[in-house]
Amino acid sequence: MVACFFCTLAVAQHDNTDHGDGHDHSSHDHPHAVDHGADGHHELGCGLHGHHGGDFDPGATAFHHIADANIYSIGPLGIPLPCIPFTPGKGFDFFMSSKFDYDSHGSGANAYNGFVLDGGTLKRVVDGNFPDGLIEGVEIGHDSDGHSAMCYKDKLYPLEAKSTADFGIFGGGITGFYDFSITKNVVSMFAVFLLMLLVFRAIAKKYRSRPSEAPSGLQNFMEPIFLFIQDEVAKPFLGKHYLKYIPFLMSLFFFILGLNLWGQIPFLGGSNVTGNLAFTAVLAIFVFIVVNLSGNRHYWQHALWMPGVPWPVKLILTPVEVLGLFIKPITLALRLFANITAGHMVITIFISFIFIFGKNGTFVPGAWGASIPTVLLTMFMMAIELLVAFIQAFVFTILATSYLGAALEEGHEHEAAH
Amino acid sequence: MTGSIAALGMGLAVIGAGIGLASIGGKAMEAIARQPEAVGDIRSNMILIAALIEGAALIAIVFAFLVA
Repeated sequence: MVACFFCTLAVAQHDNTDHGDGHDHSSHDHPHAVDHGADGHHELGCGLHGHHGGDFDPGATAFHHIADANIYSIGPLGIPLPCIPFTPGKGFDFFMSSKFDYDSHGSGANAYNGFVLDGGTLKRVVDGNFPDGLIEGVEIGHDSDGHSAMCYKDKLYPLEAKSTADFGIFGGGITGFYDFSITKNVVSMFAVFLLMLLVFRAIAKKYRSRPSEAPSGLQNFMEPIFLFIQDEVAKPFLGKHYLKYIPFLMSLFFFILGLNLWGQIPFLGGSNVTGNLAFTAVLAIFVFIVVNLSGNRHYWQHALWMPGVPWPVKLILTPVEVLGLFIKPITLALRLFANITAGHMVITIFISFIFIFGKNGTFVPGAWGASIPTVLLTMFMMAIELLVAFIQAFVFTILATSYLGAALEEGHEHEAAH
Repeated sequence: MTGSIAALGMGLAVIGAGIGLASIGGKAMEAIARQPEAVGDIRSNMILIAALIEGAALIAIVFAFLVA
């Protein structure tokens, strides 16, 4: 069950739904006039501007740090990851992102089969006639509108923007290819999955082989947390059915907790899995499926045709209840996503203060002066983020349990005055 | 005046969160003062409700980010 859980989550990364990236380019203020002649290294061919040349842009940096990437950058190392795009009509492709020969900012110098690496993300060249195979000597940047584009042999090739799941409301759209790549988020998910597997298997083995011994080691750490969820969350809400749902709720809680904490480890690539709306949406869909499949007759009757109220009220109540059926998982997803993303962004922006005050390396005393309060603020923020990691995992679990409890509730007699 | 009106929206969302959190915090303090031995229960419930209120405010903030 846990394996299916994770396979589905891995596939859920098919469109790198990063709700920031479609919009950060328009909020750049590009100091076009500033560094034109002095050092032209970030003026690329075809009038493109390099992504990370020029002035420091805290907004773009923040969005970049919460986005998914096809490179796992641990400190100075940029570990390439497999890219598995599926283009309808062309089929699957499988290659490592090292084919793009990327620099430290994640912009590739090569194009491969119509794909390029832009700021660490796999993007497709819009022009379908772009030649396949390995093409060297491309330059990736963005034009004055903020759209990503590629310059090859002095010809401008626009790149597809990242998918946004807003159905085009905010100006986004779906990319022309499905991205099944093993991205940074997928690697993090597998890492936390393996960690959980090892830890809990060891603990379960200990319980099975020596059940009457006092807990020791890892057991000591996990047992209070486990018992807390079981006694404070599962039993009160689920009553006598709690044992059936404990695996699901525990997996949910520990997976979310593990991923929240993984994203907080400094210098470990800053992988923001729970801050990715696609991921939290999949978790919410799981909760939706489990809750509605466990719903008994009493639950559906209350949702669709509430007994004990006059019929005009029933007509109003039914659409509201049906909406609520969908809004509850949506808020679950959004709450976790917003909390974790906001935390990550705040920490990134605090660190950016050092660069802003140091005027991007030109004013060293400013940078030193800014770094002291910044480091203190960031430490404080990271302490809060640890708290938020636990709280958000707990809140997700307790709300899922409460919805489940409502679905499993046994009927009580209804009189006219409900 | 330059900038985006989304920043105003974010500020308004935080006002709502501030009022909600202050309310729950204040009531929790009063409850603890009334019955100091229940401090554990009260504290856990307070943190839970605070997370829910924060969730609403942060959803608003994230949407404000998106439209700007």
